[in-house]
Amino acid sequence: MSLKKKSNTSTSTSVSTTASSPWEKYENPEIAQKLIHYIKEKTAPGMKFMEVCGTHTTNISRYGLRRLLNEGPELVSGPGCPVCVTDPGDVENFLTLARQKNVVLTTFGDLLKIPGESGSLSTARACGADIRVVYSPSDAVQIAAENPGRETVFLGAGFETTTPAVLLALKEAIRLGLNNFSLYLLHKITTRAVHHLLETGGTSLNGFLLPGHVSAVTGRHAWDYISELFGLPAVVTGFALNDILWGIRCLSDLNSRNEAAVINGYQRVVKETGNTRAQELIKMYLEKKTSAWRGMGEIPASGLFLKEEYAFYDARHRFSLPPPGKISEPEGCLCGEILKGNRRPFDCKLFAKTCFPEEPAGPCMVSSEGACAAYYYYEKEA
Amino acid sequence: MCLAVPAQIIKIDEHNRNRALVDYRGIKRWAGIYLVPEASPGDYVIIHAGEAISLLEEKEAKKTLELWEEYHEPKKEE
Repeated sequence: MSLKKKSNTSTSTSVSTTASSPWEKYENPEIAQKLIHYIKEKTAPGMKFMEVCGTHTTNISRYGLRRLLNEGPELVSGPGCPVCVTDPGDVENFLTLARQKNVVLTTFGDLLKIPGESGSLSTARACGADIRVVYSPSDAVQIAAENPGRETVFLGAGFETTTPAVLLALKEAIRLGLNNFSLYLLHKITTRAVHHLLETGGTSLNGFLLPGHVSAVTGRHAWDYISELFGLPAVVTGFALNDILWGIRCLSDLNSRNEAAVINGYQRVVKETGNTRAQELIKMYLEKKTSAWRGMGEIPASGLFLKEEYAFYDARHRFSLPPPGKISEPEGCLCGEILKGNRRPFDCKLFAKTCFPEEPAGPCMVSSEGACAAYYYYEKEA
Repeated sequence: MCLAVPAQIIKIDEHNRNRALVDYRGIKRWAGIYLVPEASPGDYVIIHAGEAISLLEEKEAKKTLELWEEYHEPKKEE
């Protein structure tokens, strides 16, 4: 890549990474201003770039980048929030599970308020269900070990980044011989969702800011299909202010040069082929199957499920839960089109009228990392 | 959801090589390091859900900063 060559061949100027805070420069406002100036000046009109990571969604809104880049490229959010795309049928299933008397349901905090037809985990907890928020899936294994007479279930929604941590917990539970530990996995594959988005068409995108921590597991190369099959540029992007601006700047340049390539803008964390041990764990325990993405529909080979030989540890199997039922979205909800980058949260008639973070109607408002929630908290309509 | 933070490895658990005491800007706690077998004390790792998912390459971190700065330097000289 010519961009990389530039850095390798030019004479190095001294960079003072202050000893007190080596990360300071990643948020440095002077660098940010220069990048913003460049992006606004050099980006061709009408460019639209999509990010597919909840942390990017939140940070772009929080840093006010859409306002700072006005007249520059349009930034839209794709399916980057695992809680938002969780199928409502699954929500009903795990609510049923959580209400069982012998069950301790452990999960991350962001699933607590996702609304189902019969309430949420938060309301179930208020009614006496034993629901515990954990920092790490391994905490759930400890809870199982401490409560041998009860069933401990770890409920997890997540993308490639989170899957290995959950599987390490399972590995530990098997090693300890725990027979009261199981997983309710809602894990999905981001690379498949982006593929599906491009394959089914109906979008007018000029490039992708790719999720840095998903890519730490998958490797940069997992995204090559974006340029090879669909002729679009993409940049694996970090999460600091200047990481994001740099990603946008690279997309502008790649478009100007009419160059389709997938480049790594987060080399301090992401390797070309990703994390081998994490990939081995996924291959060992899980298989890919069709999965329903709320707002997007069913996507082939996009969900990760426990293999048949680990069915004993699969909460769906252990508690004989039915396949998730079909539940329709509220009338007027634009999340499906927002996730494709075709509409903005402000275009939705429900936004901030009948759909709020405290009482979400549609998926993009469910988690703080959803596009509608990020707009609600940080942005104003121009 | 895929939020992950850098932390520095202080020491590796003598009894369990897959665990290390790490320092998140002053807060110390144990984290899993099974996914980064190459990590040693002093290294920075990126931690998500209690597990280190990647080693933070200081050389690359410095190169990125240099790239951002260098890129803008010539403008000043113009």
